[in-house]
Amino acid sequence: MSEALLVQEAGAAPAVAPASGARLFLRRLRAQRAASAAALVVLLLVLVALAAPLLTALAGQDPNAYHPDLVDSAAGGVPIGSFGGISGEHWLGVEPGTGRDLFARIVYGARVSLGVALVATVLQIALGLVIGLAAALGSRGVDQVLGRITDINVALPVMVIALALLAIVPESFPRPVLIALVIGGIGWSGTSKIVRAQALALKSLDFVAAARLSGRGKWSIARRELLPSLAAPVITYAALAFPTNIIVEAALSFLGVGIKPPTPSWGQMLTEADTWYQAAPTYLLIPAGLLFVTVLALTVLGEGVRTALDPRAASRLGVGTGTAKEGAA
Amino acid sequence: MTGFLLRRLGGAALVLLALTALLYAIFYVAPGDVAQIACGPRCSPAQVAQVTEQLRLDDPVYVQYAHFLQGIVAGRDFSTGTGTEHCAMPCLGVSYQSDQQVTQLILAKLPVTGSLVIGAFAGWLLLGVGTGVLSAWRRGRLTERVLTWLTLAGSATPVFVIGLLLIIVFCSTLQWLPAPSYVPFTENPEQWAWGLLLPWTSLALIESAKYARLTRSAMLETLAEDHVRTFRAYGVGERAIIGRHALRGAVAPVIALSALDFGSMFGGAVLTESLFGIPGIGRELVHAVKVVDLPVVVGMVLVTGFFVVLANAVADLLYALADRRVVLS
Amino acid sequence: MTTRDPLVEVSGLTVDFGPVRAVDGLSFTLEAGGALGVVGESGSGKSASAYALLGLHRGTGARVGGSVRVAGTDVNTADDRELRALRGAGAAMVFQDPLSSLDPYYPVGDQIAEVYRVHRPVSRKAARARAVEVLDRVGIPDAARRSRLRPHEFSGGMRQRALIAMALACEPGLLIADEPTTALDVTVQAQILDLLHDLRHETGMGLLLVTHDVGVAAESVDEVLVMRHGKEVERGPVARVLGAPREPYTKELLAAVPRVETRRVVPVPPQRVAEDEAPLLEAVGLRREFGRGSGRVAAVDGVSLTVHAGRTLGIVGESGSGKTTLGRMLVRLLDPTAGRLRYGGREIGSLPEKELRSFRRDLQMVFQDPVASLNPRRSVGESVADPLRAAGESDEGRIRDRVGELLERVGLDPGRYERYPHEFSGGQRQRVGIARALAAGPKLIVCDEPVSALDVTTQAQVVELLSELQRELGIGLVFIAHDLAVVRQVSDEVAVMRRGVIVEQGSADAVYADPQDPYTRQLLAAVPALDPGLAAARRTARKELARA
Repeated sequence: MSEALLVQEAGAAPAVAPASGARLFLRRLRAQRAASAAALVVLLLVLVALAAPLLTALAGQDPNAYHPDLVDSAAGGVPIGSFGGISGEHWLGVEPGTGRDLFARIVYGARVSLGVALVATVLQIALGLVIGLAAALGSRGVDQVLGRITDINVALPVMVIALALLAIVPESFPRPVLIALVIGGIGWSGTSKIVRAQALALKSLDFVAAARLSGRGKWSIARRELLPSLAAPVITYAALAFPTNIIVEAALSFLGVGIKPPTPSWGQMLTEADTWYQAAPTYLLIPAGLLFVTVLALTVLGEGVRTALDPRAASRLGVGTGTAKEGAA
Repeated sequence: MTGFLLRRLGGAALVLLALTALLYAIFYVAPGDVAQIACGPRCSPAQVAQVTEQLRLDDPVYVQYAHFLQGIVAGRDFSTGTGTEHCAMPCLGVSYQSDQQVTQLILAKLPVTGSLVIGAFAGWLLLGVGTGVLSAWRRGRLTERVLTWLTLAGSATPVFVIGLLLIIVFCSTLQWLPAPSYVPFTENPEQWAWGLLLPWTSLALIESAKYARLTRSAMLETLAEDHVRTFRAYGVGERAIIGRHALRGAVAPVIALSALDFGSMFGGAVLTESLFGIPGIGRELVHAVKVVDLPVVVGMVLVTGFFVVLANAVADLLYALADRRVVLS
Repeated sequence: MTTRDPLVEVSGLTVDFGPVRAVDGLSFTLEAGGALGVVGESGSGKSASAYALLGLHRGTGARVGGSVRVAGTDVNTADDRELRALRGAGAAMVFQDPLSSLDPYYPVGDQIAEVYRVHRPVSRKAARARAVEVLDRVGIPDAARRSRLRPHEFSGGMRQRALIAMALACEPGLLIADEPTTALDVTVQAQILDLLHDLRHETGMGLLLVTHDVGVAAESVDEVLVMRHGKEVERGPVARVLGAPREPYTKELLAAVPRVETRRVVPVPPQRVAEDEAPLLEAVGLRREFGRGSGRVAAVDGVSLTVHAGRTLGIVGESGSGKTTLGRMLVRLLDPTAGRLRYGGREIGSLPEKELRSFRRDLQMVFQDPVASLNPRRSVGESVADPLRAAGESDEGRIRDRVGELLERVGLDPGRYERYPHEFSGGQRQRVGIARALAAGPKLIVCDEPVSALDVTTQAQVVELLSELQRELGIGLVFIAHDLAVVRQVSDEVAVMRRGVIVEQGSADAVYADPQDPYTRQLLAAVPALDPGLAAARRTARKELARA
């Protein structure tokens, strides 16, 4: 999803929303069936990624071990056996050409996908928060300079600039780290725009004026009055940006400029699968399907988070909206 | 109005200037050994020295940057070893690989990318806005739920996955369509359309999800506004309320997002072009990245930046025109 | 005269929003050409009843019971088509906020024409002509040209006129007006009420006016129905109900309504201000500009005033008069562009934020919007404790004790320290705001429209609390409001503001009893009167002023 749309959606939440602690948030999230299911899927994926060495050891496989005996070299390297060589030993079959165990590669691929996207998202949010707050609270000059920098940042489409940067950074630099840095380093403008706009809106509210009158300093006000209200839009943005970052990583690897072999990555598998789909369709369908399920689950979860944090949406769910009984007729 | 336009264009020019400096610093200064990169990894020290001389890499950095800028605004001369070659403005340099001028290279690819983007744009706008209107109209019913899930699935699918599946189904398995290819419109309009049909479809399917979301949420927001209640209270029917009042609220955001997408895609629909083998700007960029052809990489990024900055300015303007409540300032 | 069905016949109407019963068994009738005022505080169910007359609860999830007949249509059983035919043609509605009630994207004339074409089979051109005709009828000058403008290009009063024009387009037998003047300035309110009055007499249409403002009802209707908790409290001819109310609630309501004729009641003889006593706060030639370049405007343009300890200065003005800007400058939330501001003999108008810190807590403010003035994500106790913490108090026990005392002092349960703002009603939130201001130990409090968002009974309580505190603590008060009656009730001195300047200033009695400036006179003439006879007299006075 594009940044402009994310900004629109995550930034639409009203600046002033009643307090909702973590418990209320979870209750609202659980009230949504789809989001709960998505959360389970995401949890499972995260566990798989974390336990990758354990799982592959359990399966008795190594992601980088070649098994030339399992592919038919006469037929160009098609896996021997039905469904891409699925067997009791190779749960998802083997990679065409090399015979490497697909289950092990998929499991390690999940590590790369989720890890890269996580670091990138955290980086985006951290940078955006600092820059957005500085623009909103700093002097007019600071705001203008940061505004220009944001404009330049927007002019750099992530895909194109990531491609370009990957060209000049030495091969020795670890690619997963580099990709996370690139996506995070140039993807902060969405967060900073939301933070700036919301902080400015909040700043004009009377409770901030009251805090000034009570004699508190600027940074104390930012921390105690502004940050808690910024949490909702920022978390929403992060939840919706995370799946987008997974797609970007997969896309870069698909183009052959992202994660370099032998490190496994779903996007990279898809590039190779392109040539094998007739002989070994599972080699294409498994990473494609996983990528789809992961991104879909994260997106649905992101939507759920948004609904749980947006009190207007929450009132539609009928959870935790107890207000003083004096509503308008 | 004119003042707004001038200020906006002035700002855009400033952003582009800063962009050139940034790109120059990243790509020509940071890597250090530009001569070696230009010459290629197998060059002897003597050859590298010759390239350094030819490209005037001994000059101080600011002089080199000044030449680079001069090329863009006024054109410049290049020594080719046997003599000099004039590169007319806007000169983005000469490819290290093919000795072709980057500007010419990009101009040659522009119609290709243009064909792809314009066709896909028409598709996603129609499909996306249509879906959005339908789901806003049938809100709370089964139709809306189905459309919402389809839209979610669309935004969770990377364009290269849907593209791959389309190729497999329609070209390889069913053989209803020829393999995607690019034939210039001027040569054979029929083949042009058939060759681009799948790329258009994939891009339109994926992008339309965004537009459906945007249209739906903008319309639902409008439907909750007081003025809709007024027209209901005056006996105006649901169809007029949806088609005239609610849809009008979605026009400005849809136009603004279109301009942005249009702009950034002209810088290359990198993934789509690579997947379908369409020789446009995006595919050229991937190639240039793989062979580290710096002038081409920088030129393409700059052109993309130019389109995005332009699109941003146009988006602001269109937004202001479409939403008369916004005061131009 | 033949016997006819009444224009509106409501019996046993109930409206439920989920578990909340907003309207609980309401019955009334309105004869053709009659005018009924439905009066009640927020939450009384008055608007929900009005919406039920046009079936506007349909499709919103609210459950409607009982029977409603309007202009021959049985609203609760009619199908969608019959209902649409009634809406706009049989009965038309005018809403509270004229800006949000019109589509921002289309010219006003087109919107009226659209509605007209729903009910009359005429061409686009004829519908446009009708739109211009009704716009002209409601007193919009140069109607043909203005019909092509969008709502944001209209002023507030003109927008409400346009909405009334839309209502007139199909010549309905009944006009339902839901708080039609609440968003408007008092002088504009008077014009709109006069317009409604004239239209009713010329066209003979019935009027159902929903309002929280008893004065507005007194000006406009023949019969009044007082509502509370979704039920009828009292109904009868307007003069009788307002002049000799029978029910305790009606009496309470009427007693709480501030009257512009009533002087400030001071139980203790007012402290004499010695001529030579130094003022607490003194402003000289205060000016504040906004915007840059050619768009620069002065919101406050050379205002001088003094505030004394233990006394109240009322500042009254309509929207855009600069009164809020002035109030914020007095406590240095805004920096003056020019002029001097002296507090306790020291110039503070141009002090930088750092040096201002030591004065901050002396000058406090109570804000208008009880929703926006408390951080929704912090407990009210924490908000009240802010000034204590900022003053260096770090003993949690002492902070809690002090906050508890303050909450109790403003009439709240001290045990609600940990509660969040949304758990309090509007009036209670305003009390929390007052407690927070008191926590700083102020010498002066600027109250910016402190009661305008509250119901009249709550208003009276908050005003009472403020005067008590003033007596007890000897604080100087600046009371900013658009409501002339409220200002008179609380003020010793009054300043009338218009377009950034003070047009008249003096003791409250002098200004209200014998206004010198024409603008002050205009304002006073526009205040709705509770007595229908007096209202008629004011209407005549207004017309004379307008002619003069």
